[in-house]
Amino acid sequence: MTPDQLKFSKTHEWTHFDPATKTATVGLSAFALEALTDLVYVELPNVGRKVSVGESFGEIESVKAVSDIYSPVAGEIVETYPVPNDPKDPKAAEKRMAQIKNDPYGEGWLVKIKVADEGALGSLLSYADYQKQCAEEQH
Amino acid sequence: MRNTRALSPIFELSAPGRRGATLPPSDVPYAALDEILPAEARADALPDLPEVAEGDVVRHYTCISQLNMSVDTHFYPLGSCTMKYNPKRNERLASLPGMLDLHPYQSEASHQGMLQLLFELQQMLAEIAGLEAVSLQPAAGAHGELAALMTAAAYFRDRGEHRTKVLAPDSAHGTNPASAAVAGFDAVTVRSTPDGYVDLEDLKAKLDDQSAVFMITNPSTLGMFERNIKPIADMVHAAGGLLYLDGANMNAILGIARPGDFGADMMHYNPHKTFSGPHGGGGPGAGPIAVRGMLGPYLPAPVVAFDGVRYRLDYDRPKSIGRVRSFFGNVGVLVRAYCYIRTYGGKGLREVSENAVLNANYLLSKLKHIFPVPQGDRCMHEFVATASKIKAERGISAMDIAKRLLDYGFHAPTVYFPITVKESMMIEPTETESKETLDAFAEALFRITEEPADLLHEAPHSTGISRPDEVKAARQPQTSWPK
Repeated sequence: MTPDQLKFSKTHEWTHFDPATKTATVGLSAFALEALTDLVYVELPNVGRKVSVGESFGEIESVKAVSDIYSPVAGEIVETYPVPNDPKDPKAAEKRMAQIKNDPYGEGWLVKIKVADEGALGSLLSYADYQKQCAEEQH
Repeated sequence: MRNTRALSPIFELSAPGRRGATLPPSDVPYAALDEILPAEARADALPDLPEVAEGDVVRHYTCISQLNMSVDTHFYPLGSCTMKYNPKRNERLASLPGMLDLHPYQSEASHQGMLQLLFELQQMLAEIAGLEAVSLQPAAGAHGELAALMTAAAYFRDRGEHRTKVLAPDSAHGTNPASAAVAGFDAVTVRSTPDGYVDLEDLKAKLDDQSAVFMITNPSTLGMFERNIKPIADMVHAAGGLLYLDGANMNAILGIARPGDFGADMMHYNPHKTFSGPHGGGGPGAGPIAVRGMLGPYLPAPVVAFDGVRYRLDYDRPKSIGRVRSFFGNVGVLVRAYCYIRTYGGKGLREVSENAVLNANYLLSKLKHIFPVPQGDRCMHEFVATASKIKAERGISAMDIAKRLLDYGFHAPTVYFPITVKESMMIEPTETESKETLDAFAEALFRITEEPADLLHEAPHSTGISRPDEVKAARQPQTSWPK
């Protein structure tokens, strides 16, 4: 997936909506991941959880801060791509975090949401508008 | 010269059988452990302790302490922390035998002096806050937040109201939502506008009959006085809620603006920031709270009362949330605060704040050409500059600059907080620094921006440890010595 095929939230999540399955795939933008610097962990919701627009469904922890991840759409979490949390195998978490950082718009996806109301999709930003917002935030 | 051997982990200095003290033979009858303690009360093995001589221990910890930076050794502009110089006088006074050797179980009649001091401190803190009732019990600022929120919860419960939410802006200290959660409320974040003020539309949307408290830090963590504080207080009160002031930044407004006058119903003080309590070390600290009269009955008990003749601890407070700390809080810190306030007096405290604000604005005006301040040309006691320009141009981050400052003999400012500003450097010079120190600090920053980027990425170069692996430390923290 390339970013111009995606929609963006002001809070730095990207969304890809598949009308056939009415499912939105959600991840974090490269800009946000860059700003967070070194990533530590991502906490994702359980499958089956209902979320509303703008609701925080997870957290991303970096060495700088813990930031909420907000749902761009309303619906039900149907699938997640979590970070393994096995103390005996820290490499697995490291690998997954590197994947999120290096391939944010592909294997870096975090959750899939069965969309209940497609209306909210219309208010998401295009990549060009999102970039404009990021440029403003830089200053 | 640095004693690298003494700086090794103390377990590596251990030698079997080495002892710090030799005890005389026991003169009570010996009993085997399994005869006097049941199995479930006994550890499986002896604790793994280093075996070292007293001299090894002293040398080890003294050498570690010498690697440290402190207000007594360095300029320490760590924004949000108010690292001002604490006069040694207050340490000396708090260590007088009459203060230090008191026991909390002494009879009230035998420590009237201490009770008088604490009673007067309650009154002084009430006056500075513009609020009527004070509890000195909480043992830290965040503990004060929790105690105040519990007080608010008791107040609403008593009124038959069930309110579930505590709101705080996204620029708040992390302790605000944490205290709300611990006190049993749902923490709700209110957005800030791009120029750093509370987003009134968002506040309006989130305020309802379930909102118990709106927690605001004013002056804010961005070093600005919230210009909408009056409408905010009105909105919160109209919704039936209470306004809480996080008093972290009281150092900017002492004797100039009183929280009670700008609508706050409750607040905490951070004596270690504002009133010369010791910083860091994990305590003991103090976080006294002041509240409006209607909340007074719910404050932690006891409070110090005075009937015109005798001072006493008043436990007869049926609506109180009870104790939040053993005995009477950390009295040593409170004594320092009392000495500090009495030394300056009302006019002097106002000058403290005026000079804190003046110093911050002086530094802001020197630095803004290189490190822009998104929130404007004026600040209160601190300001948040951004390194994003220099990051975009030369790849030098706020972290690189912060680390390099250590090589120049300055403690770094707070970086990457508040998170609402990119590449942020939060600088708080405080009122106790001279113009010469501020000039030297600005000069160091200018020189750093002209240094090669590679040199900065590897900084600091002069400290015992350069850059710890923060990701590994967060992901796989090793908190005990691996055997």
